[in-house]
Amino acid sequence: MASFETPEAVLEAARRTREAGYRCLDAFTPYPVEGLAEAIGSAQSRLPLWVLIGGLCGGLGGFGLQYFSMVHNYPYDVGGRPANSWPAFVPITFELTILAAALVAVFGMLAANGLPRPHHPVFDAPGFERATLDRFFLCVEARDPRFEKDATRRFLESLNPKDVADVAC
Amino acid sequence: MATPEPARKKTPLVGPGYTPVGAADEISDLVLKRPLTWEWLLGAGLAFLLLGVLAIAVSVLFYRGVGIWGINIPVAWGFAIGNFVWWIGIGHAGTLISAFLLLMRQKWRTSINRSAEAMTLFAVLCAALFPLLHLGRPWFFYWLIPYPNTMWLWPQFRSPLVWDFFAVGTYLTVSALFWYVGLLPDLATLRDRAQHPFPRLAFGVLALGWRGSARHWQRHQTAYLLLAGLATPLVISVHSIVSLDFTSAIVPGWHSTIFPPYFVAGAVFSGFAMVLTLLIPLRAAYGLKGLITARHVDLLAKMMLATGLMVDYSYVMEVFTAWYGGNPYDWSLMVDRMAGAYAPLFWAVMVCNVAVIQLLWSARVRANPAWLFAIALVANLGMWMERVMIVITSLHHDFLPSSWAMYYPTVWDWATLFGTVGLFFFLFFVFIRLLPVISISEVQKLVIEEGSR
Repeated sequence: MASFETPEAVLEAARRTREAGYRCLDAFTPYPVEGLAEAIGSAQSRLPLWVLIGGLCGGLGGFGLQYFSMVHNYPYDVGGRPANSWPAFVPITFELTILAAALVAVFGMLAANGLPRPHHPVFDAPGFERATLDRFFLCVEARDPRFEKDATRRFLESLNPKDVADVAC
Repeated sequence: MATPEPARKKTPLVGPGYTPVGAADEISDLVLKRPLTWEWLLGAGLAFLLLGVLAIAVSVLFYRGVGIWGINIPVAWGFAIGNFVWWIGIGHAGTLISAFLLLMRQKWRTSINRSAEAMTLFAVLCAALFPLLHLGRPWFFYWLIPYPNTMWLWPQFRSPLVWDFFAVGTYLTVSALFWYVGLLPDLATLRDRAQHPFPRLAFGVLALGWRGSARHWQRHQTAYLLLAGLATPLVISVHSIVSLDFTSAIVPGWHSTIFPPYFVAGAVFSGFAMVLTLLIPLRAAYGLKGLITARHVDLLAKMMLATGLMVDYSYVMEVFTAWYGGNPYDWSLMVDRMAGAYAPLFWAVMVCNVAVIQLLWSARVRANPAWLFAIALVANLGMWMERVMIVITSLHHDFLPSSWAMYYPTVWDWATLFGTVGLFFFLFFVFIRLLPVISISEVQKLVIEEGSR
């Protein structure tokens, strides 16, 4: 694991590491650095699709709930209005669409990120508490097919980092 | 004739001499290092006293029923509904600032979105109290929730009050999620900077093990943008549904198609007023003028003016349609509003929401925090009076002269109103003590971007 002092440095290092053939990379930064996720080879997230599905389920479920209860399960006759008076069902359908989509967005994001995970090996890296402040880390994981302890360390050192450390998994 | 843009517009969004670390230090030290000051204790203490008033008012209400309020037939909706609409409106600017401006890539939201979102949450909490307390048998509030029960009954889904339940419930949930997702990286920053074990543990638990991985950031940013996209139509729908409570009745003065946009504009207007009410003292008290700059305040004031003008337009249209529509009941109500028993309320609303905000056209007024603070207070007061006016005047003057009657608020009406003000400010005081009032990670990014320009 190598640490850098500026976002540009870690971005450049990530590009060069990937060009050198490493595939299992991760980077840790205090704020989102544009292009870094692509540079370490992270695929575009499928979260938007899941949110769309969640929203559709919420909307259909909301309308279905109202249709079932107001038409089948317990129809009220209020002044002879139709049981399936769908315009009156629009507000709740809309709200449940948004609610379901938002819940999927947040919990889907957490689940895909593997959070909550109170401890992770990278927390043991020296100075890692600065990853949420002003330090930028690039990590080559040991499961990388090209990973080889000393060679990888020499390679990371060639990228002009602030320092390089081993992190036990 | 093209005139060059005044230099004022180019003033940066962060003060001079800020580095990413400096900004992070300043914000996190507010939570971690700042000692308890007597000003905070005094403010929080006063708010806590008002919270006690709320507790008493609610206890008496539970014991004796809604009869302790001034409501009766024909004015069966009194302060409770007016306060509800007012509070939920205040929440709207928070979501609008954080969600809508995020979608529009407006960078000036960065320093103010956190506190505005907190304001939204607390205002919606205050708002949600009122419909529940107003139910008559508040302990049965859960009958509004559709669940398969032993009575084999469902809520009436065509009822605006059930719509309210869904609208407010969804709004509260989504606002809380949006706030928390934005907080997550900052909680990790605080965890890593905390010296004492207890805050370290507390922030550590709340941060869920956030470590700033690039993959995490990617999904986090996607989720945040999606939430913003969902919250923007939501915020408009919430107040539209609140206004449908009124519009779906046939009472003159309520039965009007302009209500949904009119209510949304009024909501955002009062919300911006409340943001200014909170931020002007906050930036002065905690020396945040480098982060919440004069330009932020200026832009907020302009937003307040713009939304205020929309509200003014609605006032004109309300009177115009009542006259042009030719409905004698509508017109009679308008005349009663302007010249009847509640005329002072109407004219006070006009002074607060129409006349006073015209001062905001002046750049010198917008640059003066004391003036702005005063105008914001007046606008808050004006919007509260407007909501109460809408609720009361329509009911007290409906179709039949024999059923006309007055509404007089009782001491419990006032106690509940001021009690929720106490609840709101108490929560806000606790918030500025325990959590970063400005988004650390976003400000750091902003400092870098502003610096590289």
